[in-house]
Amino acid sequence: MNVLIDKFDVFAGGFWLTLQICFLAAIGALILGAVVAVLRISPVPPLRAVGTTYVNIFRNLPLTVVLFFAAFGLPALGSNADFLRIPGLESIFSRLGTDLPYFRFGLIALVLYTAAFVCEALRSGVNAVPAGQAEAARSLGLTFGQNLRHVVLPQSWKASVVPLGSVIIAMIKNSALVGFFGVVGDLSQTADQLTSAGGYPFIPVAIGISVGYLIMTVPLGALLDRIEKRQAVAR
Amino acid sequence: MRYKRVAAVAAAATLTLGLSACGGDSDDAGTGAGNKDFAAGSTMERLNTAQKIKVGTKFDQPGFGQKGLSGKPEGFDVEIAKLIVKELGIPEDKIEYVETPSKVREDVIVNGTVDLVAATYTINDKRKERIAFAGPYYEAGQNIMVRKDEAAITGPDSFSDGTKKVCSVTGSTPAEEIKKYVKDVATQLVLFDTYDKCRDALKGKQVDAVTTDNVILLGYIAKDEASFKMAGDNFTKEPYGIGVKKEDTDFRDFINDTLDKAFEDGSWKKAWDETAGKFGATLGDPPAVNRY
Repeated sequence: MNVLIDKFDVFAGGFWLTLQICFLAAIGALILGAVVAVLRISPVPPLRAVGTTYVNIFRNLPLTVVLFFAAFGLPALGSNADFLRIPGLESIFSRLGTDLPYFRFGLIALVLYTAAFVCEALRSGVNAVPAGQAEAARSLGLTFGQNLRHVVLPQSWKASVVPLGSVIIAMIKNSALVGFFGVVGDLSQTADQLTSAGGYPFIPVAIGISVGYLIMTVPLGALLDRIEKRQAVAR
Repeated sequence: MRYKRVAAVAAAATLTLGLSACGGDSDDAGTGAGNKDFAAGSTMERLNTAQKIKVGTKFDQPGFGQKGLSGKPEGFDVEIAKLIVKELGIPEDKIEYVETPSKVREDVIVNGTVDLVAATYTINDKRKERIAFAGPYYEAGQNIMVRKDEAAITGPDSFSDGTKKVCSVTGSTPAEEIKKYVKDVATQLVLFDTYDKCRDALKGKQVDAVTTDNVILLGYIAKDEASFKMAGDNFTKEPYGIGVKKEDTDFRDFINDTLDKAFEDGSWKKAWDETAGKFGATLGDPPAVNRY
């Protein structure tokens, strides 16, 4: 078990990098997922088709395949995902701005994949709002946008929070894959590094890695429980 | 024939197991069973009597051990193993090849899953704690592969200014070695699980170099000479040895003798020319066998 103490800095570094990519991917997926959800419930059929196609593709592909496309397909198309080198963010999340594009590729794949699930979680919330609410809003003369913003989304949010939380927790765990697509030093790749190059026994390293992921996911789960309870009171 | 009978009697005296006799004397090895005279109780005698041997090698290493359409691995490691097996008096077609990726090599020797391992197996002290090495039979070294038009990278020191990016395989010795030269690991080093991904990244210009043992790089250059070239000379020494059980000194001595013989009679060079030598790698002089 000495490895947990001797190599604490390596574990901490891996934790920090995984936290960074998860934080950015969660924000990206929530934004993109919301956009796709709006497409899927919009009154315009072609937009609905776009949203549905997106969800069908990215929800049904394995994340590994999406990562492959991001890490080896984008370069083939001549892109190093430089559009993600956003000036302000670059200074906080240093990996976002490096010449090595694999952090950005991993981020893109996680966002695209998770957004499909975010979309469905949001949509299930919208479906939970009684149809009469939207009809009443429409009969008052609210446009589609106003309807969503003032009537439907505030109510759907309550029903969406818990599934959304599950989606984000799943995403944190899924992020373990990016270490195998060129992101050096994330939590899961740290394990590979310590066991095969460092020669440390696997079990203690695996315990260290598990603790790292639990530190991220357990508090998030607890937060979700709290939100759920508060909603129960409100009802 | 008299010689053979003597050998058979000697073997029968030490074993209850009968030896099937067939044509050829011991100089014509590889044609019969139990046709060699080895010290009683030695690994050589056991293998010779059994007339079969398990050899651990790689199945995915161009030039050294790669399983092709023939269904059997081919390469320099395999040829070296065949030389040893021939000296044991076992026919080539009685070799059972076992795939031994880098991570399992010590384990399969210790557990007795294989009788010997020839799998681009670098001799080092850490490994000597668990197993023993005969050889070396080849001295590889870490090198750097770059795109054909690259002029700025001339050796490992070219990474010290922090601008050039390099790729290797997670957990490998070359990956650890290059970290000594790289200024900032986070911005300069990429690690994948296979060298194929590194090659793609080099071709796609996500990285500027790929580093590992020269023989692996030569395999890639041989396949795509228009795109890649080597940058400078080897900067480490990786002597490849044959892995055997730690306590089996007799077998190790036997393999060392066999290698010395192969160095002298030209079969070592012939094995190289037919396999890894086809990629244009120079062989140089035979390495000195280390009888520690």
